[in-house]
Amino acid sequence: MNINRRNFLKIVSVGGVVGVATKMTFDAISDTGHSKLDDGRLKAKRWAMVIDVNKCEQQGDCKLCIEACHKTHNVPDIKNPKDEIKWIWKEKFHNAFITQENEHLPRNINDNNVLLLCNHCSNPPCTNVCPTKATWKREEDGIVMMDWHRCIGCRYCVAACPYGSRSFNWMDPRPFINDITEDFPTRTKGVVEKCTFCDERLVRGMFPACVEACPAKALAFGDLDNPDSEVRKLLQDNFSIRRKPELGTKPEVYYLI
Amino acid sequence: MYDAPKVILGIIVFLLLFTSPLWINIFGGQTSVKPNIQLPKDANECVYPTEYMKNYHMDLLNDWRDKVVRDNQRFLLKNGNFVDFRGKKMEMSLSHTCMKCHNNKSQFCDQCHNYLSVNPYCWDCHVAPKEGMK
Repeated sequence: MNINRRNFLKIVSVGGVVGVATKMTFDAISDTGHSKLDDGRLKAKRWAMVIDVNKCEQQGDCKLCIEACHKTHNVPDIKNPKDEIKWIWKEKFHNAFITQENEHLPRNINDNNVLLLCNHCSNPPCTNVCPTKATWKREEDGIVMMDWHRCIGCRYCVAACPYGSRSFNWMDPRPFINDITEDFPTRTKGVVEKCTFCDERLVRGMFPACVEACPAKALAFGDLDNPDSEVRKLLQDNFSIRRKPELGTKPEVYYLI
Repeated sequence: MYDAPKVILGIIVFLLLFTSPLWINIFGGQTSVKPNIQLPKDANECVYPTEYMKNYHMDLLNDWRDKVVRDNQRFLLKNGNFVDFRGKKMEMSLSHTCMKCHNNKSQFCDQCHNYLSVNPYCWDCHVAPKEGMK
């Protein structure tokens, strides 16, 4: 076929229109928040959590999220606080937000219990100091991951984390696990552990265990990069704070006070 | 040489004792401990051929571990498609795939590992299926 100038321009312009339309369609489809891929996994660009402290406080002494997490992940129950292992725990507001300098905060706020866990910082200091890359920031969804096979127990990350989110196994944890969950490994002596935003559940299409366990729906989880996600809406409608933002770690766990 | 008969007898007795394991094996029929693997009864296919698994299961497990933990790839892909295994997507998992068929660690894993005196540390953390259900 002999292509003259006129036909060439026709073909090129039609091709261009089709290309742009396809791109727009794909963008529209992929813009619906955390998406479920065809293999059933939940995917997001930046996982984040929003914790409503008041909703949580109204449940009183409820520890369902902590119990769910620690049961799912075989976290040992060591009573001695020097050796204890924790992935998610409660702390008084004035201890959790130690740099809130204002005196005479309302009593109900200051005495509230706040849920604490790994902040999955956007700029995590713990991963930078790891000599074996046993912990690293997963680029695809922002989770601060742990590879317990690779941890040599140097505890640099424990020292680097400004939130106390990392625990070290000073002893074999197995005797301290009452009812072992076979689906998840335990850790061993000499290994650091912490919350991983339930990466093993996300990959099976489930939300983190603590989020699912909360009867008050005080924990919201979603993609911070998606303006339509639940976490983004909560952050837009409410005033939120993060722990020690002045350190520049950019925590991805937000608190509604 | 003084006391030659006694010395020579002594040497012969020593040699016999020293090589006794060989004689016991040859004349006693079987070696005392031999790996006695119990294969799963209700499964007749493995993720790879038996010969390959015998020789390279440790490499396979290391490879799976790296793919799952470091590359966030839980299910085996072949040319971009999920691999089907016993009616499900094949998950690269010691606990969720291997041990679902080979559900008796002491009758399977430990048999050879003990015989060859290798001590893999898989089970320091991973939880072996409960035994003694049968």
